[in-house]
Amino acid sequence: MLLAALMLLLAGGCHGSRGLEPFVMPEEFDLSLRHEIVFWAKNDTNKNQTRIYEQAIADFEKLYPNIDVNLRPYTDYGRIYNDVITNIATGTTPNVCITYPDHIATYLTGVNVVLPLDGLLEDERYGLGGSMLKYDSPSFAEVMPQFMAECRIDGHYYAVPFMRSTEACYVNKTYVEKLGYTLPEVLTWDFVWEVAEAAMAKDGSGNYAVNGQDIMIPFIYKSTDNMMIQMLRQYGGGYATAEGEVLIFNDTTRELLYTVAEHAESRAFSTFKISSYPANFLNAGQCIFAVDSTAGATWMGTDAPLSDISADKLVRFETAVMTVPQVDPAAPQMISQGPSVCVFNKSDQQEVLASWLFAQYLLTDGVQTAYSETEGYVPVTATAQNSAEYRDYLARGGEDLSEHYEVKIKAARLLLDNIGNTFVTPVYNGSASLRDAAGQMIEEVTKSVRRQETVDDEYIEQLYGRVNALYRLDQKNAAGGGAERERLGPLPQTAKLLLAGLAAIWAFIALYAGITQVKKWKNRHI
Amino acid sequence: MKKIIVVLLALSFALAFAGCSSSDTKSEGVMTHAEYTAAALDSKVVVETYVQAKQSWWDNKATVYTQDKDGAYFLYNMACSEEDYAKLTTGTKIKVTGYKAEWAGEVEIIDATFEIEKGSFVAKALDVTAMLDKAELIDHQNEFVSFKDMTVEAADDSGAAFLYSWDGSGQDGDDLYFKASVGGKTYTFTVESYLCDKTTNVYAAVKALNVGDKIDMEGFLYWYEGVNPHITSVKVK
Repeated sequence: MLLAALMLLLAGGCHGSRGLEPFVMPEEFDLSLRHEIVFWAKNDTNKNQTRIYEQAIADFEKLYPNIDVNLRPYTDYGRIYNDVITNIATGTTPNVCITYPDHIATYLTGVNVVLPLDGLLEDERYGLGGSMLKYDSPSFAEVMPQFMAECRIDGHYYAVPFMRSTEACYVNKTYVEKLGYTLPEVLTWDFVWEVAEAAMAKDGSGNYAVNGQDIMIPFIYKSTDNMMIQMLRQYGGGYATAEGEVLIFNDTTRELLYTVAEHAESRAFSTFKISSYPANFLNAGQCIFAVDSTAGATWMGTDAPLSDISADKLVRFETAVMTVPQVDPAAPQMISQGPSVCVFNKSDQQEVLASWLFAQYLLTDGVQTAYSETEGYVPVTATAQNSAEYRDYLARGGEDLSEHYEVKIKAARLLLDNIGNTFVTPVYNGSASLRDAAGQMIEEVTKSVRRQETVDDEYIEQLYGRVNALYRLDQKNAAGGGAERERLGPLPQTAKLLLAGLAAIWAFIALYAGITQVKKWKNRHI
Repeated sequence: MKKIIVVLLALSFALAFAGCSSSDTKSEGVMTHAEYTAAALDSKVVVETYVQAKQSWWDNKATVYTQDKDGAYFLYNMACSEEDYAKLTTGTKIKVTGYKAEWAGEVEIIDATFEIEKGSFVAKALDVTAMLDKAELIDHQNEFVSFKDMTVEAADDSGAAFLYSWDGSGQDGDDLYFKASVGGKTYTFTVESYLCDKTTNVYAAVKALNVGDKIDMEGFLYWYEGVNPHITSVKVK
């Protein structure tokens, strides 16, 4: 009996490390079986996006009445990431999840947790464009190859792209011209820094001459992770290899940080984390160059449909939507970003297939065009991009201040015109930490000079060491290391009981064996 | 004998008052609230203050509402172990060293460290209803305050009394947004889900609100591009 209990406990203990069995494609999808699919979806705190998810689910459930999709909306990728990590540990991941490839790389440390999609994508019946689907799905070739490639990790597809965006620089053109400058066709770093410094001039009353206010931060960057990544790419500085070797602590980074420090010290530059949303300053006439995602375009400009500042603070100006500042205007380079969709493995293969059917439904033209039109997103399929509905939408930019808000459509066009100029950073377990570290260096340098601290070689060396240690970049598979253990917290009670049970049983066995040996010894020696 | 009793009573009163005043006396090198208010942004600040509410702990960082008898200090992402976070009960006196910062109008102390000291103070809610439309309201930023006799207004065009997230894009467990008016002016209030999650009484109370309800509220006078109180208590009258 004891041995049986021990085997059970051991089997239970092994289950976590072995994980689920790999998914095997069923012969066919059984429409008579009911499934409840949990979908964790990210929106940009935008109820139109939530509405589109709900509509997509309703339409899908009509096609597949045996599948119920439960939506859990999130407004933060970080929260999804943390919740997935927590739920991997307890075996309660969602079925379908909006996420970043960087995050998937960490999820993959769990055995058979994330579904590799290679076989499913090409399955003739249920794959992209499959014959057994109840909807028109794009073929594999019709998903934009650049975006599809971003979902490939270690030689396998672990996601499909859902939407794509890049960053844009939203410019107060009125103030640029007021300062005596003319916007170039492509923004350069030199131009932005020069105009930003010029905007710091004050009038006789102590206000900034360009806006007549006592607040002016000419250049604000929302994502300093992206700022550092794109600068390094454009200046040819190292970031990371595909294998996960960290290259970021180099001389190019050092020079870039000196440049940031120079303009942060004059207060011509700040960041979202230090000052607040670039859009709020831009729309109040307190910022000239606001860099944010194209997926934040509906917040940008005097007539932005969404705004966090009161109407009396809005200042009227002309908004130019431009690529992020460049080193070489003839060869612009910008980040590709945006949500992807992954499917989590489960023990019920029919349930997994149901999840895949729903994930794939998100690539259909109706969902793609509707969602992309909520912000400056771009559909990820050629079929949606070339659809009459989407073409008509693009052509009507500026017709109104809501659906066809000019800034939003210009932001989408910016990416459509530059798909070939986008890039992504290498994805590996730990790449999410490196992204954080890249931005953290800009944040720290900016805060330091604001606090009158000296930023010199010694400072930079110390910063490199500190950031390296904080993000565990010197440890392979950083994201799966101590940081995650810390986040996951102490062992659950069940695990503690299991370990205690094992210890007790082994102790009992040892005692039993000891007594038996003593008896044998006594029998032999009496 | 009477004289002795009188002397003893006087002594005890004197000691009691001395004890009271010493709890608010700042230690060497510690700023008064007035000095903190006058300090420049990005400068180093050292304050002694008392925990009033804990908003969140994550990754060894705590966000805490604190206040002394003269004013409030919002501590954002202060270095704090999970073990120490448990010690930060309401009223706990702490000495905080950090940097003064401003984010979207919210003045706060960032990149801070702290040590627990002896002493306790729990602020009473200051009624700021009459100040809601006045410039002086900002003088009480982050303080524990109350709002009396306000009327619940529709949170959006649908007529809902509250929204999950600012525009209704959220779900149960997310921040709640609702509006209430007084003196013909309407203001927005928030139940911040980290400060008061969906298991709290205030979260349930706001979900049960109806447009037109008369309510009293308490909370912290947070700022985001204008006043944005984080409500901790709602009572329907």
